[in-house]
Amino acid sequence: MQAAATKESIFQVNDLNLWYDDYHALKDVNLEALNNEIYAIIGPSGCGKSTFIKTLNLMINTVPGVRMTGEINYKEKNLLDSRVDLVDLRRNVGMIFQKGNPFPQSIYDNIVYGPKIHGIKKKSELDEIVETTLKDVALWDEVKDRLKSSAMGLSGGQQQRLCIARALATKPDVVLMDEPTSALDPISTLKIEELMTELKKKYCIVIVTHNMQQASRISDKTAFFLHGHVVEATETSKLFSNPEDKRTEDYISGRFG
Amino acid sequence: MNSRITDRIATGIFYTIAAIMVALLLYLFYFILSNGVPQISWDFLTSPSSAYQAGGGIRDQLFNSFYILFITMIITVPLGVCGGVYMAEYAKPGKITNFIRTCIEMLASLPSIVVGLFGLLIFVNITGWGYTIIGGALALTIFNIPVMVRVTEDAINSVPKELKEASLALGITRWHTIKTVLLPYAFPGILTGAILASGRVFGEAAALLYTAGLSTPTLDYGNWNPLAENSPLNIFRPAETLAVHIWAVNTQGLIPDIREVANGAAAVLVIAVLVFNILARWLGSVIHKKLTASK
Repeated sequence: MQAAATKESIFQVNDLNLWYDDYHALKDVNLEALNNEIYAIIGPSGCGKSTFIKTLNLMINTVPGVRMTGEINYKEKNLLDSRVDLVDLRRNVGMIFQKGNPFPQSIYDNIVYGPKIHGIKKKSELDEIVETTLKDVALWDEVKDRLKSSAMGLSGGQQQRLCIARALATKPDVVLMDEPTSALDPISTLKIEELMTELKKKYCIVIVTHNMQQASRISDKTAFFLHGHVVEATETSKLFSNPEDKRTEDYISGRFG
Repeated sequence: MNSRITDRIATGIFYTIAAIMVALLLYLFYFILSNGVPQISWDFLTSPSSAYQAGGGIRDQLFNSFYILFITMIITVPLGVCGGVYMAEYAKPGKITNFIRTCIEMLASLPSIVVGLFGLLIFVNITGWGYTIIGGALALTIFNIPVMVRVTEDAINSVPKELKEASLALGITRWHTIKTVLLPYAFPGILTGAILASGRVFGEAAALLYTAGLSTPTLDYGNWNPLAENSPLNIFRPAETLAVHIWAVNTQGLIPDIREVANGAAAVLVIAVLVFNILARWLGSVIHKKLTASK
């Protein structure tokens, strides 16, 4: 418990409300995500969990007709303040999507894409980024001899790990993952899960997952979303063994969802 | 049983329509090529047309067609691509965007003779240029820009949303995302569209009658000074294109071999357009494969 006290707060969300035009998708959401922890978001389809994770790097702004009130504090800076620099924010808050979405370019070019546009030009520096990030995602040994071949030739699991490497290449402090393993087979899923446990030593991770076993296996804290509300948000071990709310219990025991 | 028969009838109707279309096209090609190809010779392609005697060629008209096409595309492609990017990425859905879209579609469906008369008014009379290549190219630009805008917009919209999201989520700005992800991925589609539009420009006659004119000055192909009167590269000279030549020979030609010249020119025109289309398909698929291939 002593270690927990020193963990830095990365995201503090206060009374977040979100509307898609007239549809009230998130209702008074309160959450705090700490550094070096995995925060899992679970809930049935349409409960707002994907919407929520997209607010953390403001990717939600690409959806027309979105309105938000409340506060999303990222390192004590409110993202709903209009002066937030999206480029800076998204460089620091990386995001992994449901399906691996590498660019139709070489493995190397995929990883240096972000750093290059953000101004790193030196070949040696880029080479180093490629090597470290690929090692971070445990892909280096598999692809080191074919860095120049197309990323589209990798398997689904490899593509997803490449995308994680690509996100790490811009040196973020947070990695958001939106159901990162839902399109993968069990073995690839296991690899990604091991990877997350490894990554949390350096990053704050927020993951949306459909898979309750996954949440209980890897996360430190879990929030249960239902109809846009946070029903319960607490330590993962507590939420799964001794939920306070009846609806949480019904959900995790598989009675609905 | 009943629905099965209807299904069979429907299938039959669609097959018949497809067969009619193909047959029509093949007959057209056969007709034009069988009449025209025997007229085509090296001499026909490389000698200037004659006003009164038999045996004139289509050298200048062929050159003019390609040159006007080239100038038109230089103007059209950048404007059309920018317009398409705007429509796909920047225009917010709403009344103004709908209005712009309607305008673009109207522009695309203007009869080309109307565009020609408009060109006569603006590019020939008001500017005082007279019949010029640049006037013809600008008139062609008018109804080619909508095509390019449409093609670019569609190509950009067909880029998988995940790729765009991936780039934006890395903190890449919208402009850089367009430049480094959307445009390269959309490139085969844009290229195909541009070549198909070229085919249309190449065959256009009505819009050029009153803008690029019905005559060509005596050209000296050794003179590359674009400002010289007799230089083929001069964009301020009148230029009769191949399609216009066919029309002119047929309606007001004084040469004895009208049929031969018209048939030969028509065959050259059809072959060129055919080549454009095949080229477009081939290039598009080659580049697409290169972009998305696994190895």
